[in-house]
Amino acid sequence: MSEGIIIKNLVKSFRKDVILDNVSLKIEPEKIYGLLGRNGAGKSTLMNIIADRKFSNSGSITLNGSTIHDNDENLSKVYLTSEIDVYPDKFKIKDLFHWVSDIYKDFNNDLCKKLSDEFKLNLNSKFGNLSTGYNSIVKIIVALCVPADYIFLDEPILGLDAKNRDVFYNALIQTYSDRPRTFVISTHIIEEIANIISNVIVIKNSKILIDDSTENILASSYAVTGPASQVDEYTDGLNIVGSEALGKIKSNYIFGELNDKPIPDTVTISNIDLQKLFVNLTDKE
Amino acid sequence: MKFNFNSAKPIFLQVAEQIEDAIFTGTFKEGSQIPSTTEISKNFQINPATVLKGMNILVDNKLLEKRRGRGTFVSVGAQSKIIKNRQENFYNDYIVNLVHEAKNLNIDEIQIINLIKRGYKA
Repeated sequence: MSEGIIIKNLVKSFRKDVILDNVSLKIEPEKIYGLLGRNGAGKSTLMNIIADRKFSNSGSITLNGSTIHDNDENLSKVYLTSEIDVYPDKFKIKDLFHWVSDIYKDFNNDLCKKLSDEFKLNLNSKFGNLSTGYNSIVKIIVALCVPADYIFLDEPILGLDAKNRDVFYNALIQTYSDRPRTFVISTHIIEEIANIISNVIVIKNSKILIDDSTENILASSYAVTGPASQVDEYTDGLNIVGSEALGKIKSNYIFGELNDKPIPDTVTISNIDLQKLFVNLTDKE
Repeated sequence: MKFNFNSAKPIFLQVAEQIEDAIFTGTFKEGSQIPSTTEISKNFQINPATVLKGMNILVDNKLLEKRRGRGTFVSVGAQSKIIKNRQENFYNDYIVNLVHEAKNLNIDEIQIINLIKRGYKA
């Protein structure tokens, strides 16, 4: 049975702060998800709870019908990038890789070596002495080589330069093609990953704002541009998520269905990209 | 191949169009193998499922054929099929817009025919 990860009514609070507010989600097998949200929206907390590194106050999480919490079989199918933070700083990278490959018996040692070369990683460096970028690289390498079916990458490209981000995206696509499995990636560089992710989850103020395929989301995101009064008249009653004005020309950004009103000649309707939609959707409180 | 990611068209349709265009221009020759889904995905950093969806449109239209374990090949006759198809759509794809814009610019029928004649001589 491979129905994926099902999260129901998850609540997490810390003292008086609600970090996740009644979150329900389904994470399907063999898909690449983008988990998007402003700083502090609850992305990392959600990933940590799914991977059983943190506990929720209420709600349930199952993988293929049975719980993940304290369930070794299911826990072995879920991997979160920050798991290797528990290794001592004085560990050399090659020892860290050894250690991980001892734990996961089907760890992909060949890919690990190949990626270490591509990222020009010095295997004799100590884990604690790595730059932010190389710390991210070590996490990426382990995440792409463990035999888990649900890989959670928490800000994998933190500190990575443009070339290394490119290496990462290509390695992700290659390994996904070789062995399709689910990746859930949180990132703030939406533009670069927009065409790689098949599904998008947006968290805003501790709640799930969007959970849909990238294709559906883009197909219902529009910019309506033209003279301000005509734009406002045409978009009246639509789900306006933001607007921009340049002199008397105005763009209203719409997320959702358009209406059947005739489109004035002076008004143009175009599509907007994921980053623009995200910025507008998460702009206001 | 080139993709305009800001275009209103879904990426999988753009993938199909770009491959079709490469067959039309002869970049991908009939009977030859085209790059794999993974190669195209990596090159343009597009989800492999999206690329596959685009390729499958051309497989359904019999412009491409999959050979088990060997890859995807341009069907024999694909290029002439595309040319025939584009000839049939030429009126809707080009003439309608051309006449619409000409009318906006007060260019009449005689003038437009003369312009077309000039175009053929150039």
